[in-house]
Amino acid sequence: MPEHPKSEKPKLERQAMCDRLAMEFQDGWIVNLGVGMPTLCSNYVDPGKTIINHSENGVIGYGPIAPKGQEDRHLVNAGGQFVLAQPGMAIVHHADSFAFIRSGMVDVTVMGAYEVSENGDFANWRIPNRKGGGIGGAMDLAACAQRVFIAMEHTNPRDGTPRLLKRCKLPITAPGVVKMLVTDLGLFEVTAQGFLLREHAPGWTPEEIQHETEAKLIIPRDLREFRFRD
Amino acid sequence: MKSKVYQTFDQAVSDIPNDVTIMFPGFSGIGVPRNLIAALHRQGAKGLTGISNNAGTLDAKAPDVGTLIEAGQVKKMYCAFTSPTHPSRVTAFVRMYNNNEIEAETVPQGTMAERIRAAGAGIGAFYTPTSVGTELAEGKEHRVINGRTYVLEYPLHADYAFIRAWKADTFGNLQFRLTQRNFNPIMAMAAKTTIVEVENDVVPMGELDPDAIHLPGVYVHRIVRIPPAPQGIWE
Repeated sequence: MPEHPKSEKPKLERQAMCDRLAMEFQDGWIVNLGVGMPTLCSNYVDPGKTIINHSENGVIGYGPIAPKGQEDRHLVNAGGQFVLAQPGMAIVHHADSFAFIRSGMVDVTVMGAYEVSENGDFANWRIPNRKGGGIGGAMDLAACAQRVFIAMEHTNPRDGTPRLLKRCKLPITAPGVVKMLVTDLGLFEVTAQGFLLREHAPGWTPEEIQHETEAKLIIPRDLREFRFRD
Repeated sequence: MKSKVYQTFDQAVSDIPNDVTIMFPGFSGIGVPRNLIAALHRQGAKGLTGISNNAGTLDAKAPDVGTLIEAGQVKKMYCAFTSPTHPSRVTAFVRMYNNNEIEAETVPQGTMAERIRAAGAGIGAFYTPTSVGTELAEGKEHRVINGRTYVLEYPLHADYAFIRAWKADTFGNLQFRLTQRNFNPIMAMAAKTTIVEVENDVVPMGELDPDAIHLPGVYVHRIVRIPPAPQGIWE
């Protein structure tokens, strides 16, 4: 009998995961999206909300990814993607960009992670058996943004080991900062008591999600199915 | 006053000795002083300490600090990325770092920017909340201020800064365009000698609006106009 018999079930797609986090953004929020999966959050556009995108390289209020042929060779986001200028956009140098981050101007930063623990620690910059680390701006953002949201696969894609842990095993990026977490199995809130399962992926029971999780999940009475974009 | 305008990149870097510290700006390939780096590669200075957001990319066509690292000109790097973003992206730096052929210090990007800014602003040291509770804060002085914990960080000075600008006048007043600005102005202020490559013709003093100058010319010592490709590197 396989160790993880439930893993054959369909899980959530990355875009659906990021859409769900973006639904939590409030009108007027300043948002910083990490490289990789989190950039998918910018594909969710709610016409009723104004979202201000900030990037570590000093852009406040950039527009969507530039279509082919419309790239400006001087304008990229933190992931190195060419983006469009947007009315109201402003440019600062790198020290001012991080002054902005450290002073708490960023309402939410969305990042990927290797591990998240039930006390809100997370790890995303260093693997112990590899020398050095790729920290970038993640530590500054994690320590200083108003909120940290994480988007990641629920288990390690290589070996299926859990990533929602009691305590992180890898060197952490910041202690106790994660507020919300979306995985391919559901939406979780990090509370003082631990991971609260707010929404489950369609077809997955709380018991099945718990089976893929090291930390003990809190299952609320108002648990609901995962919300997709309209 | 001696003219700051040099005719070639080779002339502008000819006197850089071994064992100096050089700042290399740029972010995601934008605002990288590639022409000056290529000239320093030809010049051959060794034992350099580099300060840069990353330690080079795999793009062989576009010279960056990785070009100097691969040539064995660099002994130590300060940067925010000391391991590859993906295991397959093994740059010259990663290979040499793993073989202990180069030293490196991993610095969070915002801490690096502020350490550079502090050097150019006459600040002796500063307390930042970044890295508190992580292994990067181990061994550093901690202090609780108004209930929040901070770590002490020191300035990063340099002997030289290589700068890429959009517009310049003959005094060295500079303008940058969009995300080209990144580390450029703060590195220019933190170095003893600042050398600039510029994308437009160097204009006479008085032509740039004083209110629209991103870096005052007092921080700039040498300026070279980038020639058209293929002589100049425009990527």
